[in-house]
Amino acid sequence: MKRFLGFVKKEFNHIFRDYRTMLILFGMPIAQILIFGYVVSNEIKDIRIAIYDKSKDNVTQEITNKLLASDFFILDRNIINDSQIEEAFKSGNIREVIIFEPHFAEKLEREGKAGIQILADASDANTANIVSNYTSAIVKTYMRNELMKGSFPYEIETKIQILYNKEMKGVYMFVPGTMALILMLVSAMMTSISIAREKEMGTMEVLLVSPLRPLHIVLGKVIPYIGLAFVNALVIIALSYFVFGMPIHGSLTFLLIETLLFILMALSLGILISTASNNQMVAMFISMFALMLPTMLLSGFIFPIENMPKVLQWLSAIMPAKYFIIIVKNIMIKGSGIAVVWKETLYLIGLTILFLAISVKKFKVRLE
Amino acid sequence: MVNHKNIIEVKNLVKKYGSFVANDNLTFEVKESEIFGFLGANGAGKTTTLKILSGLSYPTFGDVNIAGFDVYREREKVKRNIGYMSQKFSLYEDLTVKENIRFYGGIYGLSGRYIKEKTEDLLKRLKMEDIKDKLINSLPLGWKQKIAFSVAIFHNPKIVFLDEPTGGVDPITRRDFWEMIYEASNTGITVFVTTHYMDEAEYCDRVCIMDQGRIEAINTPSLLKKQYNAKNMDEVFIKIAR
Repeated sequence: MKRFLGFVKKEFNHIFRDYRTMLILFGMPIAQILIFGYVVSNEIKDIRIAIYDKSKDNVTQEITNKLLASDFFILDRNIINDSQIEEAFKSGNIREVIIFEPHFAEKLEREGKAGIQILADASDANTANIVSNYTSAIVKTYMRNELMKGSFPYEIETKIQILYNKEMKGVYMFVPGTMALILMLVSAMMTSISIAREKEMGTMEVLLVSPLRPLHIVLGKVIPYIGLAFVNALVIIALSYFVFGMPIHGSLTFLLIETLLFILMALSLGILISTASNNQMVAMFISMFALMLPTMLLSGFIFPIENMPKVLQWLSAIMPAKYFIIIVKNIMIKGSGIAVVWKETLYLIGLTILFLAISVKKFKVRLE
Repeated sequence: MVNHKNIIEVKNLVKKYGSFVANDNLTFEVKESEIFGFLGANGAGKTTTLKILSGLSYPTFGDVNIAGFDVYREREKVKRNIGYMSQKFSLYEDLTVKENIRFYGGIYGLSGRYIKEKTEDLLKRLKMEDIKDKLINSLPLGWKQKIAFSVAIFHNPKIVFLDEPTGGVDPITRRDFWEMIYEASNTGITVFVTTHYMDEAEYCDRVCIMDQGRIEAINTPSLLKKQYNAKNMDEVFIKIAR
């Protein structure tokens, strides 16, 4: 046991003496969560629009009011003929033009339908998408309300209802994602690099010749990172709770247990990577390209999984980060317990065991 | 030398990697407190043998006995009785001299007090008391090498394995280093050293010359020179390898 403690102490020395490691360990989580929280955002706010109302009746006026009453849109100008549309877009600051067809209210009453044309500036496709979705959502909400009041004698089939994240806050998405990313980075990348470093420097041979058992060597290398990753998770949760107002509706203890499980999974993945790499460079590249990028792109963290091509959806289905994100969201936002996320939890446990088993086997093969 | 008993016994050792035979039926003994040189060109199979003897790799076939223990069945006991220094010197660059000694002493289960006393003693002998709190990466290669060797024999092993310990070091430092090897040998430690510097072969009590996985010659340097009618070990080696 004393021998083992000496080993862990040495590992902490390595970490605390390398300012780059320290920076990655403590600077990055904070920087990332702040960047994702403040800068990268899918929310729209104060989007400048133009309205071309060819009807000018009470219904179009009401819809316009609804649109402008939301925080999303600001009326930049009213347009009175077709030629001004292009001019409006070319002026640069207008993202969307909304056109009501002539005799809007009349048509609604007579035929049961009327057209609104939404023109969006898709030079920024993502924003265009969101802006037009928001617009149609607001129009539909208005229609539904009017229908319930009985103002219009027709049916509307679409129904959009946003649950749990009513304000559509991006931070709800980014906190679980950032957490997955950071924990993956600290646990998997840092351990695989630190084990690969021992191999590169030749110190691994000396350790293997010594009476220390291989299991102890691996544990000694991994334990400091469990601690550090856990501290990181706490920092991220605290930041998101206090700075961004992300709720924790579920049990904090349960959240921390799941976090620990994800850390263990990432660590065993890190050990697995290190068995396949003989130097730090290789370990880093494998971690970067096999872990970080897929975690960011395929886990549903940044891009919705539903919009991916089928093949990528299958790939996404094996990403551990995806399941961790689901778990964290369920616990923090919906307040769910194990009864809801047991499948995801089981998957993470299974992966951990699988990675460890392969690592042990590979480690033995190396000794042959 | 004659009265000493065998501390390493290798019989019919074979090591294969797939169809490649790295060690082809080796049989030899090393006697207690002997300095045993293991020579050969790169790729002759020296490092493979060294790895098997030090427990880093298993033989495909054959009996290997180290300090009275079998490398298959009594691996843990073998480990307690050997020291190892790799060609990369294997110190932690970001730890200080003292921390390195402490760490390596610690993984052999030595007590804190013992390590402390012996470290002071060692630093005094190496004349390194002033630099004990310096990081290893700030030291010249020759110093690292001396520290690495001292660390390898810190826990008083019966045998120390040195894998090309003098690579990249100037001749004077190499001489100093061999002084340390003699000292260790005088205290009863058996030294098993691989090298491809033929002048170093002259310093060994006995040498074994390997070529393509086989032992080509094994004897004292003087008898080998006589046998091959050569001025120095370099000539002996060239005659054997051709």
